[in-house]
Amino acid sequence: MHTITLQEGADLDGFRRAVRRLTAARTAPEEVLWSVGAPSLFGDDALASDADAPVFLPQAVGPLIETVVCHGDPERYALLHRLVWRVLNGERALLDQHADPLVHRLERLDKAVRRDIHKMHAFLRFRALPPTAPGPEGGERYVAWFEPDHHIVEAVAPFFVERFESMVWTILTPKGSLHWDRRRLMTGPPAERPDALAHDRVADDRFAEGWLRYYESTFNPARVNPTAMRAEMPRKYWANMPETAAIPAMVRSAPARVQAMLEAEAAIPRRRMPEKAVAAMARQAPESLADLNRLIQRSEPLVPGATQAVLGEGPEGAAIAIVGEQPGDQEDRDGRPFVGPAGQLLTAALEEAGIDRESLYLTNAVKHFKFVQRGKRRIHQSPTAGEVKHYRWWLMTELGFVRPRLVVALGATAALALSGRPVSVLRERGPMAFDGWNGFVTVHPSYLLRLPGDEDRRRAQAEFVADLRRAAALA
Amino acid sequence: MDDALIEKLGILADAAKYDASCASSGAKPRRGGTEGLGSTTGAGICHAYTPDGRCVSLLKILLTNHCLFDCVYCINRRSSNVRRARFTVAEVVDLTLGFYKRNCIEGLFLSSGIIRSPDHTMEQMMLVARTLRRDHGFAGYIHLKTIPEASPWLIEQAGLWADRLSINLELPTDHSLKAFAPEKNGGTIKAVMGQVNERIVEAKEERRRFSPAGQSTQLIVGADDATDRLVLETSGTLYQRYGLRRVYYSAFSPIPEASSVLPVKPPPLQRENRLYQADWLLRYYGFTVEEIASGGEGGMLDLGIDPKLAWALKNRERFPVDVNRADREMLLRVPGLGARAVDKILSARRHTRLRMEDLGRLSSGLRRARPFLIAADYHPVGGLTDRLDLRQRLVTPSRQLSLF
Repeated sequence: MHTITLQEGADLDGFRRAVRRLTAARTAPEEVLWSVGAPSLFGDDALASDADAPVFLPQAVGPLIETVVCHGDPERYALLHRLVWRVLNGERALLDQHADPLVHRLERLDKAVRRDIHKMHAFLRFRALPPTAPGPEGGERYVAWFEPDHHIVEAVAPFFVERFESMVWTILTPKGSLHWDRRRLMTGPPAERPDALAHDRVADDRFAEGWLRYYESTFNPARVNPTAMRAEMPRKYWANMPETAAIPAMVRSAPARVQAMLEAEAAIPRRRMPEKAVAAMARQAPESLADLNRLIQRSEPLVPGATQAVLGEGPEGAAIAIVGEQPGDQEDRDGRPFVGPAGQLLTAALEEAGIDRESLYLTNAVKHFKFVQRGKRRIHQSPTAGEVKHYRWWLMTELGFVRPRLVVALGATAALALSGRPVSVLRERGPMAFDGWNGFVTVHPSYLLRLPGDEDRRRAQAEFVADLRRAAALA
Repeated sequence: MDDALIEKLGILADAAKYDASCASSGAKPRRGGTEGLGSTTGAGICHAYTPDGRCVSLLKILLTNHCLFDCVYCINRRSSNVRRARFTVAEVVDLTLGFYKRNCIEGLFLSSGIIRSPDHTMEQMMLVARTLRRDHGFAGYIHLKTIPEASPWLIEQAGLWADRLSINLELPTDHSLKAFAPEKNGGTIKAVMGQVNERIVEAKEERRRFSPAGQSTQLIVGADDATDRLVLETSGTLYQRYGLRRVYYSAFSPIPEASSVLPVKPPPLQRENRLYQADWLLRYYGFTVEEIASGGEGGMLDLGIDPKLAWALKNRERFPVDVNRADREMLLRVPGLGARAVDKILSARRHTRLRMEDLGRLSSGLRRARPFLIAADYHPVGGLTDRLDLRQRLVTPSRQLSLF
């Protein structure tokens, strides 16, 4: 018989080393007696070999061991050893056999530990301590006291570090403690309940007091059901949750509160019917283009990038509205549409077609410049279909104020925004009915800039000018 | 936090509590790091339970309970004499951060009465979410109750900041809505659900973040005369057409300052419970609304037994089911067997022929399942499912003799 002594608490390392040695020595579970006490001892010399070779176990076994070693059950190591032994001796799929008594028992231990971890994540309460000395970030410090059933203090640490990484906090429990200083996690010995966290000290932290009020107010006395509450929040946790002090009074007063509600006659409104306000409520839509523009300007970009919104430009009542894709690098800096290279090309083409740019209304389907930063350059990114839709209501409302006779879509993005469907520009260029507007589709001038051959570009440019002339004639 | 703010918190939490939804699940993992605050993990956490058995996960408050609408079922309607209060954007932000730092909540669930206009109200709510995320690096959960009468651009903006958007349908038919909520319109509400669903689907495809935990809604049960069948048909349509994550059912409960239009007696809370059970059968157990409704009478679910048992008792010819042979679909229809138990059965029976003793370790609902099962060592004699008193045997808990 071998006696193996592991450390108090969840001694995963000790258990792993012991299992490696036991497996190397082919020691059956019946020959091992597990006990707990510091420091860990592996009994006789037969096992104290340096046979620390890893034991290969099916994937699901590792996580189960990690959880179950946290359990308070003194038999946990013996049970886990039996599991490892059986898995290594012909029962690789043992964990699938949920009806096997050993597996069933281990699953229950596993579940109990998980529940304990979950409840500690949920029911632990931090209290803000008054700053004693000017520490980092104004010296805000938080401390919590909790009494877990099992040895889970280290298992819960990642959750609290991740969630409260920017705070300085201490968690004290009878099974060990944790301290986080915004950079490092320190584990400490078991602790006792600090005086600062006693129930009657709620008033030290106004938020704790506010929380109590919230808890009382969010309760619906017409649905009182303390059994359901206790099933999820057993009494053993109450001592460390300040809000639970209010429970007895809440339950006691509930029937009377409900009775009062049922008996109360439907009351006549004390205040006059706010007729004016109700009528005014309907007038919420922007009443002018300037209204709409203010609203766009104060909104968050719906694409990544963008330093500012680039609004439409031109007279309301313009015969033609031209809609591009989105502002580019230059437009984003200047805050005006069509002032970059593509805009200059558009201006030139309009001139060639005999159209006065000043008479047009110019805008974009997407009001912000979407880009990625590469070094010093800001690289244009096409908006996705979903992003175009985020902006669609603004565009349609804008056109509603301008009321052009014709809306010209430059490129596929504008055509998508205006028609609500994907459009192949080269195949469908020309007149097209948009959502409530007479429309016309042609290429975006940036397409001309991208064409490689001079010959191709000249021809495409001539076609673009011809399109603009046709559009002007339609308007 | 001064006394006045605590007082307002009391009023505006009280005013918000009739919304049943509290879930903080489904968000994509996110963390605030050393500069921000908080995290979401995907699974929600209930940080406390109140004596009504409901979970406290999010700080559920209204921005204000002043309201220009006059929905009769609502305590905050304009004609109610309830005490009114109004938070500023900064106050809601401070409360959320303060409670979050104390590990009291997973985040914020913000709703509001309609002040000035739906747009103005929605914009204030959106500003709360934006301030939390942008100015404080808040990475906790944010659920925004969407005001369907607000302009579409506000929805587009709200989805940038919120983990979940919800739009309450409140009543299952346009007829009831017209009668009880004169400022609301079923068509408007569904149009917004459609808009939100479209954006969520697109963002998911394009790997962008837009209300990543989806959208949900709430139906009030028992304020109008809609049957359970009608309620479930409505839910079925909402799940299919708008990709809703959850439909919440809120049994109309008495409110202070009740309107005289409302039923005097509230519906039994059990009705809400049965609807939730039916909702699960609809989503996870492969039942149709028709099948669920057939378990009850006249379009109402049986209040005495759960809807799965009700269906089984009316379809006895399909039982008993052999746990060692039946497919997943049929096992899921056995009363007392949940989806987890069924999966364990399927995995365990590959290795061994299951006996009753084994099943006892796989399922905690064996007492109810027993008459409907065949196991390796158990075959109900004379067809237990044919007994007329089966229902009685299953609903009355087996009592032990008391000894004097």
